[in-house]
Amino acid sequence: MREQNSFMAGIKDGFPICLGYLSVAFAFGITAVNSGLDIWQAVLISMLNVTSAGQLAGVPIIVGGGTLLELGATQLIINLRYALMSVSLSQKFGKSMRLVDKFLVSFVNTDEVFAVSSSKGMDVGRNYMYGITLTPFVGWTLGTLLGAVAGNILPAIVISALGIAIYAMFVAIVTPVARKERPVLLCSLFAIALSCIFSYVPFLKENISSGFVIIICTIVASVLFALIFPLPPEQEEEVELDG
Amino acid sequence: MVEPVKFLLYLLVMAGVTYLVRMLPMVLVRKKIKNTFIRSFLYYVPYAVLSVMTIPGIFSSTSYLASAICGFAVALVLSYFNRSLLTVAASACGTVLVVELIITYLL
Repeated sequence: MREQNSFMAGIKDGFPICLGYLSVAFAFGITAVNSGLDIWQAVLISMLNVTSAGQLAGVPIIVGGGTLLELGATQLIINLRYALMSVSLSQKFGKSMRLVDKFLVSFVNTDEVFAVSSSKGMDVGRNYMYGITLTPFVGWTLGTLLGAVAGNILPAIVISALGIAIYAMFVAIVTPVARKERPVLLCSLFAIALSCIFSYVPFLKENISSGFVIIICTIVASVLFALIFPLPPEQEEEVELDG
Repeated sequence: MVEPVKFLLYLLVMAGVTYLVRMLPMVLVRKKIKNTFIRSFLYYVPYAVLSVMTIPGIFSSTSYLASAICGFAVALVLSYFNRSLLTVAASACGTVLVVELIITYLL
């Protein structure tokens, strides 16, 4: 099979992702600093995690003094989707991918990097993978730094407006799939109902912290729908795009 | 303010878990997952996670509930018509800004 192994082609394919990340990471930087983290802490979180949903869920746990177990378990559940993507992407690697390349590339296997590189019509090689992970990584880090710094300078109304950016991106990831796939729509609505119960019902709302709410709701909804609406067996895994 | 040493401990756990989740499957799994339940479970996880994180969180992500509801509505409509992530996010921010300017200066 042919192999795409050009570093510059990877850089180029990563560029639109980089632009998108700049804005979302900017919003994360603002959120993190407003929550009480220092600028260097926000940037370090972005550099070492490179994941929007996980970072957004992690900040309140860190700031609120949650346990390490809660933090770790939350990250595990929220980022579990990457396991699927890593398995799926590993099938697309050409012969040039060595073990050491997998150790490095998997570090930046985000939803968007996965979606773009796995939609290539041919195998992908190590140079290409380094290119397509580098640009988004730079965008993610730079965006966080700018947001964390600007968060102290920008007027409150602008910060308020940017606060919705990450959530809007989540909406943009779920909605198109929910529109096409009825089970995804139902699963999403069910998860939302659970989430609202934990957020508004007295006792639950005071006693269960944000990380565990995410874990409980996600596992219950996903297990339930995996049982009621399982994927058709032996079919190619669908490429999914998410936060 | 989070004390630096405590922060680094949090960071280590957070980044370590995130990396292992990404790295181990890529390095260890050589074949496709066949188990239907696991595949189905993993398929639903992202949508469930993002739904839980978005609602009701989005409604307290801005200064006013009204601006958040308007921003959410715009994001929902635009993404229903398959607009890009960037377009949806920017439009939601723009909507919040306009609504809050109206609330601040006209109401």
